[in-house]
Amino acid sequence: MLAILVATIVLHLTDLTILFISTCANAWRTHGESSYDLWYDCTQSNGGYRCLWTSDADWLQAVQALMVLATIFCLLSFIIFLCQLFTLVKGGRFFFTAVFQVLASLFVMSGAIIYTVMSPEWKKESDVYGYAFVLAWLAFPLTLISGIIYIVLRKKK
Amino acid sequence: MLSVLALTSVVLLSLASQITAIVVYTSWEKHALVGSDVRLSCSFFSWHWTSPDVTFSWQYRPDGAKEGISIFHYGGGVAYVDNKGPFRDRLEFVGNPSRRDGSILIKELDFSDNGTFTCDAKNPPDIVGHSSSVRLLVFEKVPVQAGVVTGAIIGVVLGLLILIVAIYYLMRFLVARRVFSLSMSKHGKKGKGKEGTQQKQALAVADPVKLKAAASEKKKQESRREKK
Repeated sequence: MLAILVATIVLHLTDLTILFISTCANAWRTHGESSYDLWYDCTQSNGGYRCLWTSDADWLQAVQALMVLATIFCLLSFIIFLCQLFTLVKGGRFFFTAVFQVLASLFVMSGAIIYTVMSPEWKKESDVYGYAFVLAWLAFPLTLISGIIYIVLRKKK
Repeated sequence: MLSVLALTSVVLLSLASQITAIVVYTSWEKHALVGSDVRLSCSFFSWHWTSPDVTFSWQYRPDGAKEGISIFHYGGGVAYVDNKGPFRDRLEFVGNPSRRDGSILIKELDFSDNGTFTCDAKNPPDIVGHSSSVRLLVFEKVPVQAGVVTGAIIGVVLGLLILIVAIYYLMRFLVARRVFSLSMSKHGKKGKGKEGTQQKQALAVADPVKLKAAASEKKKQESRREKK
């Protein structure tokens, strides 16, 4: 029983870490050594830098918002989980925690899908997807699994 | 004793002014829009008084170029502005050398103005020191919408969340209060308090159907709590 609890907490904290890194690191696309996206995008053209604000791309701002919201909801679900661990009735399910965790996974999924669909028009041919993009896609199934575990998990003893 | 102290302090000060060099300060990065003006500020710190022979000089190195060109020089009380290079008729001296300010103003920016501007100040006899560079980034559009969409989405979702939670607790509170008023009315006939009469008046308005609905709600709440 304790092992399951510890594993669940470890999974949740892993999700939280992955979401934080994916949201904060500016590396959704990389070109050689420089990395762009999600927060700013400076490309070189005609012997000068051309920095584009994210105002040029409304979908990029939507991805930013969804990633931030996913991180916030994952954090909230962790806090609610700790609260419910002590206040829940015996045999009860962690319903609130599961709701927030599933919402977080939906937000991450939406953000990653929007970015995947819209970025080929945006990026140059030589750009490669960066590690933050991979982490975002990884966060989606992990948070979903974590949410389902909370739905199934029951408080015993 | 005092004379010894004074002597040592004078010696230390003179040593310090020889050890510490002139320090030039500029911004790290400047962001500006195409067509707008930008003020590049330059100041310095020196242990010596500001000399009348103080000099400021600005150099410009475009992005990708290896060397820079000189675009501005102030010396001997006269400011010399670029009249042949890329900044002719666009450069203006807006600094105050007696206040250690050697700022320049560049008007009508273009993308070709992206680059590194280096300021070098000399305050004789304090002439040894590093120069300082400021990076100029020229942007295309006014960032009116920068972050607005992001903030709006986050704000709306969090607001909805808080609203749902508030409504949930409000409903629970209202239902609990109705149940409380229900139970009070039963005991209200026995005790003659102000609260009892108030509850009676409140109940006089309510229908018996509403009372039944409140009772069933209370049962639902209890079953929900049991399920949790």
